[in-house]
Amino acid sequence: MIIAVASGKGGTGKTTVATSMALSLQDMSSEVTFIDCDVEEPNGHIFLCPQITGSDNIYIEVPEIDRQKCTRCGKCADLCAFNALLATSDEVIVFPEFCHGCGGCRYFCPVEAVTMMPKKIGTVEKGLAGRVKFARGRLEVGAALSPPVVDAVKKHSTDQGIIILDAPPGTSCPVIHSVRGSDFCLLVAEPTSFGLNDLDLAVQMVRSLGVPCGVLINRARERSCLIEKYCREHELNVLMKIPLSKDIAGAYSRGIPLGAVDGKWNKAFRRIYRDIRELVANEGNNRYQR
Amino acid sequence: MKEITVISGKGGTGKTSVTASFAVLAENHVITDCDVDAANLHLLLAPEIMEVKKYWGMPRVEINAAKCTGCGLCETLCRYDAVSGGAVDKLLCEGCLVCYHACPAGAMRPVENLAGEWYLSRTRYGPFVHARLGVAQDNSGKLVARVRQRARDLAEKTGRNLIITDGPPGIGCPVISALGGTDLALVVTEPTLSAMHDLVRVLDLAAHFGVRAAVCINKWDINPDNCRAVEDTCRDMNVPVLGRIPYDPAFMAAALEKKPVIKMTSTVVNDIISLWDCVKKELGL
Amino acid sequence: MRIAISAAGAGPDAPAEERFGRCAWFVIFDEHGNVQESIANTARSSAEGAGVKSTQLLLRNNIDVVLTGRVGPKAMHAMLNGGVVVYTGVAATVNETLEKYLNGQMKPLAVPNARQHAGDTRSERLAT
Repeated sequence: MIIAVASGKGGTGKTTVATSMALSLQDMSSEVTFIDCDVEEPNGHIFLCPQITGSDNIYIEVPEIDRQKCTRCGKCADLCAFNALLATSDEVIVFPEFCHGCGGCRYFCPVEAVTMMPKKIGTVEKGLAGRVKFARGRLEVGAALSPPVVDAVKKHSTDQGIIILDAPPGTSCPVIHSVRGSDFCLLVAEPTSFGLNDLDLAVQMVRSLGVPCGVLINRARERSCLIEKYCREHELNVLMKIPLSKDIAGAYSRGIPLGAVDGKWNKAFRRIYRDIRELVANEGNNRYQR
Repeated sequence: MKEITVISGKGGTGKTSVTASFAVLAENHVITDCDVDAANLHLLLAPEIMEVKKYWGMPRVEINAAKCTGCGLCETLCRYDAVSGGAVDKLLCEGCLVCYHACPAGAMRPVENLAGEWYLSRTRYGPFVHARLGVAQDNSGKLVARVRQRARDLAEKTGRNLIITDGPPGIGCPVISALGGTDLALVVTEPTLSAMHDLVRVLDLAAHFGVRAAVCINKWDINPDNCRAVEDTCRDMNVPVLGRIPYDPAFMAAALEKKPVIKMTSTVVNDIISLWDCVKKELGL
Repeated sequence: MRIAISAAGAGPDAPAEERFGRCAWFVIFDEHGNVQESIANTARSSAEGAGVKSTQLLLRNNIDVVLTGRVGPKAMHAMLNGGVVVYTGVAATVNETLEKYLNGQMKPLAVPNARQHAGDTRSERLAT
């Protein structure tokens, strides 16, 4: 079971929810994995304090031109959709910052003058936080392409047990790469006009991926009808509410997960997991009947 | 002309509320929202849209089933696993067009990809350039660049000498695109471990691209110890801290009432005004 | 020798354009200042690397000298390697720019004078 925790808006408490959920499910499943897909600003480790046991570098392949073989025909530069190559009369110059690693230049080079060389764009670290398996991706500062790092860290998800993915904020490419292939997406929203606007975008994104989703309202106040009204109108389940509380905010600032603030949250997250499991099963049945 | 870009690394630190307040306080300026992925500034500025432009992203490919011989070359060549079983997953396709050029049967064809829209609007606080990236679209860096370009043209044409930009979160392609060539990156942070971690990464990014940075600590009193740690970090990194704003429910109330926090009745207004004065000094205005 | 001037329109009377990679046209002259042709800059709408692609266009058209305003680091690198000499300080129109160049009033450029836009090589801002 893969559950992605996402939100359109940043700072809604996505990481708090994802880490607290992973910790509270340790007792329910023999295997719980937490994967930090927010490779631009990974924060899950702050709450989970994992022991890092290994790390791998992530590369994309960028072209290198063999000047002896190259005839300066310029075919590679013509075909490059990202303008990463320039053919001059004496050589072909590569601009690796623009390269998306599509490999077209190598494939089309008539004289096999192009080899693909690895360029580091990030790292993936893995480790253990208590009994929770931990993996996080980190984008190199200055590298622009985060999806390959997201894909690499997601390879740590197995078929076994429960996998919690902490997705980056927003609705564009890195989020898509994080959420796609999940069994369920839990959207964390806060009851402000920003929160509502961005929840709507996130719901559209998740639905375009065909992943079932539900909502968790964070910093909920007594009458936080804004988000609930939206959820009713869009047939979304509100799975849980976390109140606006100075205690929780203070604990957050020190990197303390919810379950450690009050044991009742562990119970609440176990319940939300059971609800999600049921929703996913129903979704599966519905699909089967269709 | 000067440009200030307000960024945060971590989301939810109050970046947009601060930007909107600057928009109220500044004079003779253009406002832009470069958080095209989850734009929020328009909610506070109540823009009246004057001009809508379509934004085309990288093209996608389609397979013409009538011509396809099923050789599978496209599938082998695609580095993004976007082609499988004779169909293209448009969410994975990056538009490199390698399959299109390679297909021996000429069965692939590039199709235009409407990836979003951008707008030129009028607000009470000045002209406003903003955008909406389509859901599940890539290349937000390019749209950010487009928005900034439009803002700069507009400022040049109308003789405005300042651009106030609400930047995107993170450190990836849209942020890099929002920072290039700006005069000051103001990082709005908060004294939480997550935000502090992200602050260092975003300051590294600014340094990497040679952009001058300054910091504002929002909600500083939720953890004064961490706040001091933020100030120490900034000192070590040689980045000025231009202001501290206390935790104030006015921020959330303003967001609910859809107005800039500076329009609320609260002591936080004075803090933001003095922050703005420091920013102006830093920009040489 | 062929000289290209970045311009907002075709022909010698068009306004000159400050931006190199994102200009709409290049107006081409010979070394005596006779107008040869106007080339539409097909690279300007590129998602990324418009400066590099524009340089490629100039190389294809055997340009030796380009008169423009702002050139980012990638385009500069491309032109240095491609053997295109860059002069900056365009006047209001293409014709006036050409005159300025022929009178030796434009500055040759060896280093980029605009900062890079990653994700988009447009380079609009003069370094101060």
